[in-house]
Amino acid sequence: MDTNTIVVLLQSTIRVSVPLILTALAGLYAERSGVVDIGLEGKMLAAAFAGAATAAVTGSAITGVGAAMLVSVALSLVHGYASISQRGDQIVSGTAINFIAAGATVILGQAWFQQGGRTPALSADARLLTYKLPGADAVRDVPVLGPIYSGLISGHYILTYFAFAMVPITWWVLYRTRFGLRLRAVGENPGAVDTAGISVVRMRYLAVICGGMLCGLAGAYLSMALANGFVKNMSAGRGFIALAALVFANWKPKNILLTCLLFGFLDALSIYSQNVELPIMSSIPDQAIQALPYILTVILLAGFIGKASPPKASGVPYVKER
Amino acid sequence: MSTPFAKLPGWVEYALIPLVNLAVAFLVAGIVVVFVGENPLEAARIMITGAFGSGEGIGFTLYYATYFIFTGLAVAVAFHAGLFNIGAEGQAYVGGIGVAAACLTFDHTMPWYLVFVLASLGSMAFGALWALIPAWLQAYRGSHIVITTIMFNYIASNLMLYMLLNVFKPLGQMAAQSRTFEPGGQLPKLDWLLSIFGLDIGGAPFNFSFLVALAAAFVVWVLIWRTRLGYEMRTMGFQPHAARFAGMKSKRVVVIAMLISGALAGLMALNPIMGDQYRIQQDFVGGAGFVGIAVALMGRSHPVGIVLAAILFGMLYQGGAELSFDMPEITRDMIVVIQGLVILFAGALEHMFRPAITAFFARLGKSRSEAAAGA
Repeated sequence: MDTNTIVVLLQSTIRVSVPLILTALAGLYAERSGVVDIGLEGKMLAAAFAGAATAAVTGSAITGVGAAMLVSVALSLVHGYASISQRGDQIVSGTAINFIAAGATVILGQAWFQQGGRTPALSADARLLTYKLPGADAVRDVPVLGPIYSGLISGHYILTYFAFAMVPITWWVLYRTRFGLRLRAVGENPGAVDTAGISVVRMRYLAVICGGMLCGLAGAYLSMALANGFVKNMSAGRGFIALAALVFANWKPKNILLTCLLFGFLDALSIYSQNVELPIMSSIPDQAIQALPYILTVILLAGFIGKASPPKASGVPYVKER
Repeated sequence: MSTPFAKLPGWVEYALIPLVNLAVAFLVAGIVVVFVGENPLEAARIMITGAFGSGEGIGFTLYYATYFIFTGLAVAVAFHAGLFNIGAEGQAYVGGIGVAAACLTFDHTMPWYLVFVLASLGSMAFGALWALIPAWLQAYRGSHIVITTIMFNYIASNLMLYMLLNVFKPLGQMAAQSRTFEPGGQLPKLDWLLSIFGLDIGGAPFNFSFLVALAAAFVVWVLIWRTRLGYEMRTMGFQPHAARFAGMKSKRVVVIAMLISGALAGLMALNPIMGDQYRIQQDFVGGAGFVGIAVALMGRSHPVGIVLAAILFGMLYQGGAELSFDMPEITRDMIVVIQGLVILFAGALEHMFRPAITAFFARLGKSRSEAAAGA
């Protein structure tokens, strides 16, 4: 493999890991506060639709991203209402959101655009912007470093840079701010937080809203950057891969980045090997590569490599004693 | 909890509250129809006549219901033991291996009722096997069954695609499916059952597996409410600590409950493979495993409730198909929305209307006793 192949492969890894990173971070906020979020997939899908539909109608990418985030946060609030206020089963509520999003996006898309559930192809203005780092063109011809800088690091969507920046930012928020301390505490021992005079309900709602915003961005990236409009069921299980990544990463921001890049790399590899014959890949069935993230997560969860330690109060509704 | 819910009359608990939840779910679905620009009452009329207006319609409705009885029972059995089996989809898919293997091997040499026995046993074994690993991991390694069963759904879909392409697909064929079975691999239609009521089944694939589903529902009822194992499962689901304190082997119960759940999900594969398509093909489950969650929640995990809820969802599937002819704006994806809303209102928001209903009955009781005191 030469430098160019590696650059192409890694570039595609970055491209497909962005929605995973954003969605896994979204799940991190919710689950660290004690709300299990299995509805990531649905929120991402609904946001992808809202983003593409709004951008197609208004012709503005920013409005599209705004709509994507708004819809995703709205669904997060439904999940929040069911699991925080009504103390319903969080898994059931998340499952419901996945179905509502999967059905409603197609129904509304068909009714509004009459293209079999698709949204119209986006014009150049309505798509997300890419950003070329300074000097990318100048160094393109420099051997080795040239392709790496101009092909791999430069020229991505602004949202891509944002997603990667969100990892350290999330770490800082969770581990270095008062908000983060309280958020983690609510997920570990809500009773203690309540005793300290902080509203558990408010903290959890805030966490769920943070998650909703990030999930919205992931959805917008799918339909306005990776693709040129919304297609039925375009999230294609990415929300669940992100959930797997979150578990695999043991609910830690740095690990999330590495896991998402690993899962993204597997995805990129299987896409790449469909077009180009790779030496080892031809003997492994494509389906095995596709299934690998899920298998790895199961093995990790079973405690065979390391130990998964989820937030203690996650999935448990908080009942304030009166 | 500090504010326990007051005891309500049985008919309120088991009929009124579920019906109110269901009504709200359909109300919201109706609002979606209005959003799309169609008349929800007209849509409901088309759906109901499409599902029950003809012998063929009823045949299709019951054919779809067969899927959901199996998967609903699968989810419900796990619910009783306090487990959320979100993996019925994958278990049913893998269960297809058992059905297809039996049919492809013996369809030349054996009559359908012998192949059927082998196919049922095979589908149950493969479905149970696919549930065994998550169950074992939950019981002995402490990994969360919801996450593992989700992962197993995806692993199943990749595994089955591999199986279809490399094992079941005849040489020289493009589509990922097996050859068509001979008559030995085909379950009989239940046209005689509908003709008792003077109905003509037409082209509906309503078949013998419906009776198997009803039998399974009865067996589940016996298991849950009339056996020691069922008692242990319910205790586990209701109060795991009490179960452990009473000396029940909770790990064993988890594994057995999931094996039964997986076997029921696996049986579902009979309906499409041996009852309708006469071959195994990609995605034959088609989301029925997930519908099972809605069916189990709506049927309150009771076999009678599940059969009724399954017929309701069968009606939505069949009526939905008719609806998409008459109102092209409303595709069959509407069913997925309704399914989601039912899961939301009958599951996660189950108790939303309970305080209001409880207050209403409390006030009713009070005014009655006042009236009695005044008289």
